[in-house]
Amino acid sequence: MHGWRGKILHINLSDTTSRIEEPSAALYEKFIGGKGLAGYYLSRSIRLSWDDPGMPLLFFTGPLVDTPSPTSGRMAIVSRSPLTGTVGDTSVGGKYGTQIKRAGLDGIVITGRSAGWRGIVIRDGAVEYRDAAHLQGKTVSETLREIGDDGSAAVIGPAAENGVLFASIMIDGHYSSGRGGLGLVMAAKKLKYIAVSGSGKTSIHDRALLDRAREEIIRLTSASPALLGELGISNFGTGALLDLIQSRRMLPTDNFRATAFADAQSVNAFSYKTKYHTKKTGCAGCHVLCKKKGERGEIIPEYETMSHFTALLGNTDLDAVVEANRICNEAGMDTISAAATIACHSEITGAALTPRDIVSLLGEIAASRGVGAELARGSWRYAESKGHPGVSISVKKLELPAYDPRGARGMALAYAVSTRGGCHLRAYPISHEILRKPVATDRFTFSGKARIIKIAEDLNAVIDSLTACKFLFFAATLEEFALAFQGVTGVPATAQDLLRAGERIYYHDRVMNAQNGFTAADDDLPARFFTIDGTGGNGIAVPAIDRAAFLKARADYYKIRGLDKRGLPTNAKMKELGMA
Amino acid sequence: MIDLLRKYESKLTAQGICDEGAPLFGALDAELVWNRSGAETAVLEEVISGLNIASILYARPAEPYFSILNRLAARATEGYFVPGDSETRTFFHDIPVSDRFDAPTIVATLKRRRSIFIRDHGIVTYGTVSPEQAFVVMSSVCFSGFVKFFTDALVTGTKGDDIALLRDAMRRYREFIDSTRDLVPSHAGPFAESVRIYDAIIEAGRLTVERRMVDSYFGNISYRDGGTIYISQTGSSLDELAGCIDPCPVDGSSCAGITASSEYSAHRDILMNGDARAILHGHPRFSVIMSMICEKENCANRGQCHRLCSTPRFIGDVPIIPGEIGTGRFGLCNTLPPALRGRRGAIVWGHGLFTTGRDDFREAFRSLVEIELMCLEEYGKALGKK
Repeated sequence: MHGWRGKILHINLSDTTSRIEEPSAALYEKFIGGKGLAGYYLSRSIRLSWDDPGMPLLFFTGPLVDTPSPTSGRMAIVSRSPLTGTVGDTSVGGKYGTQIKRAGLDGIVITGRSAGWRGIVIRDGAVEYRDAAHLQGKTVSETLREIGDDGSAAVIGPAAENGVLFASIMIDGHYSSGRGGLGLVMAAKKLKYIAVSGSGKTSIHDRALLDRAREEIIRLTSASPALLGELGISNFGTGALLDLIQSRRMLPTDNFRATAFADAQSVNAFSYKTKYHTKKTGCAGCHVLCKKKGERGEIIPEYETMSHFTALLGNTDLDAVVEANRICNEAGMDTISAAATIACHSEITGAALTPRDIVSLLGEIAASRGVGAELARGSWRYAESKGHPGVSISVKKLELPAYDPRGARGMALAYAVSTRGGCHLRAYPISHEILRKPVATDRFTFSGKARIIKIAEDLNAVIDSLTACKFLFFAATLEEFALAFQGVTGVPATAQDLLRAGERIYYHDRVMNAQNGFTAADDDLPARFFTIDGTGGNGIAVPAIDRAAFLKARADYYKIRGLDKRGLPTNAKMKELGMA
Repeated sequence: MIDLLRKYESKLTAQGICDEGAPLFGALDAELVWNRSGAETAVLEEVISGLNIASILYARPAEPYFSILNRLAARATEGYFVPGDSETRTFFHDIPVSDRFDAPTIVATLKRRRSIFIRDHGIVTYGTVSPEQAFVVMSSVCFSGFVKFFTDALVTGTKGDDIALLRDAMRRYREFIDSTRDLVPSHAGPFAESVRIYDAIIEAGRLTVERRMVDSYFGNISYRDGGTIYISQTGSSLDELAGCIDPCPVDGSSCAGITASSEYSAHRDILMNGDARAILHGHPRFSVIMSMICEKENCANRGQCHRLCSTPRFIGDVPIIPGEIGTGRFGLCNTLPPALRGRRGAIVWGHGLFTTGRDDFREAFRSLVEIELMCLEEYGKALGKK
């Protein structure tokens, strides 16, 4: 087998047993890897509660990982989300995926629950269980120091131990598997960390073909202003988007009560670059290197964090943002949900928050102490408990990231129908509605968007299964990556073949969510987007979203996706996709 | 969706890529809509059902493209031809060809590539996001076929009645340029107000398309005013620049220009280190063709001319330089600025022509057309020697 290592490691924490499964080639080809293959292993347990010992926590890589394919250092972490109850999957960078492959594996399935806190060390496929009681309460970096620098490690911090519903799993210290609270699933298993390393090598079927694909992809990324351009994310980090989103009048401000932040220029990526003298860093196998570190080792926040800890909260203190990011990384919390939940709290209480208040509240949330214990349940549960559910700006209880949907109708539809809740990455329509790639679309219309969103979801399901980086698709296409896939695995596949697999993988999400009672009622946006205009300016009007047009687009989406009018899967479509 | 189909149908005919009534354009959201009825819709609907796409375009290209593509298809021994120009190669790799206008053949090809040329029929292509993608591919296939046919004629020699086709195409092209000679920019610079800068850019961009000095949405344009460079956005059509111009502070204090043209770095370097305030970049076809004609034998860089050419070459006073799109190691941001210093224009190998103006776009536009006519003339001379 080329590309894949052909082995899945199953670990049962209840009795500290493990076994190796060698799936068929057909299964690999059907679900590719990463999100797709992990989804296959999740599906049989999807109706269990997230804290049931039988609920698997899955760490899966894809066939391109540990090869020269560009940006191939990613992986997927998958389980059922404690925050949303939906399928919970995250794509995460760093070098963990590469180490899984070098350990001779494609994925790790963890079930059971340990009696006391444990750590797991996997070396070349051999599993060692370690006592981790002494690490309870330790931050992510403290834990990493204890377990040593051997390969790569997935770690939870105090937030997960304390029951924060948006607790994350941190990879290599600062790559966050952030959305949906998968850190809490790990905590429920009493698992503090999993370190993995290996000395093996992933076999490549046709190196010349892979090199050709790689050259084409690199050439395309060089031609991309958003990636490697002077103002792009390689130079400025994903924070480069802040100026653009502000200029398009869709920067979420004051808990989404406005769409432009008067002080945006003072908190943009240039300000961080100037103040912290940033340098590039990034995932294994990446030439873009979008992550930024300050000269003193400070982790510079990503765009979402940068935006939500400023505009959403009325804050202009850069040091406070860097500190907020540090606290979230050390405690293991999703920055988007953390900032948005604090913004929700601020709106409900009417309290204007100082930078010190923000930092203090984060500490309370991580410790589940004081008001932090309420906020640790996420904005939706908090707002509902206060009698103001509409103040939680979330979809399926997952807080929205830093693109106001009034500024991009495709984004509005994508948020609503996303299988993991308010997520921008399932279809990432910002690519065409704002960044003009592969071509620009009219951001203020729903016309044509239903099919665009559906195809983009299929595409991103493929990317998260390969496992590659979505950013590269600002420049390259699946045409080039199909060539890379073929070069690595030897499996003949066109871009359209992979898209078909992506359609199956994404439909699988809908099937699993439906089993847990999710319907069209959950595929909706907070009411304020339909009733309150955004903040116009620069000749741009940002009107509220027309409810009827939204519902029409959603109905179109269901039809195109092969769902019934309630947003539920059909037997006919499942059969067509080889799932029934 | 029908509005978008009509828009790109109009652009295809306005730019001379298709004859009026030729494009058959379908778009699929929840329902499939066509710009017109046609006998081919049954096959195309079958194609749509076999692919995960949002729009489809089938059209017989206008002359001379149709004849040229037919000849290239007849000579394609492996089921495709490879464009020589660097920009088309960057995005499209190769152009598959076939003799069969049937759904299985088209589906099988479009699963792998974005277009197919079917002999004696036309081009089929598609979009997954917007019908604009199909328009761009259709335009690029015609352009790259034209460039390849003319380049091959000088490099590998003409065959059969190619000469007649070549000469007829050149004559038509010359007549078109002459017939549109009154289409020149009117705004006189230097401009101090941003509103005048936008107007001048929009006008010059539109005229560049109307004079057919660029195809589809490629090309870019910029103007410097003090510490700000106004530049067309990436993927914007030069004839539709209203709302698609990014003002970029040269000190980098804002990244709002992240959507600026992929050639922003080259533009900035040229504009900040010389006398020019205006830059115009088009893809006039004979400038592209002549840039690719090199008679140096046994060159170590053969096959890598677009990025490694080290031999100084000129057409008249205009240098030809290597350079890939964007900011990579071989990016034209490294080669173009020094080449343009003190000159009216420079041609990037197999890519396009950059010209400058001291105060406005009138000078840059005039140079663009003049250099293209010079290249056309040079081509005619070279062909005469064959």
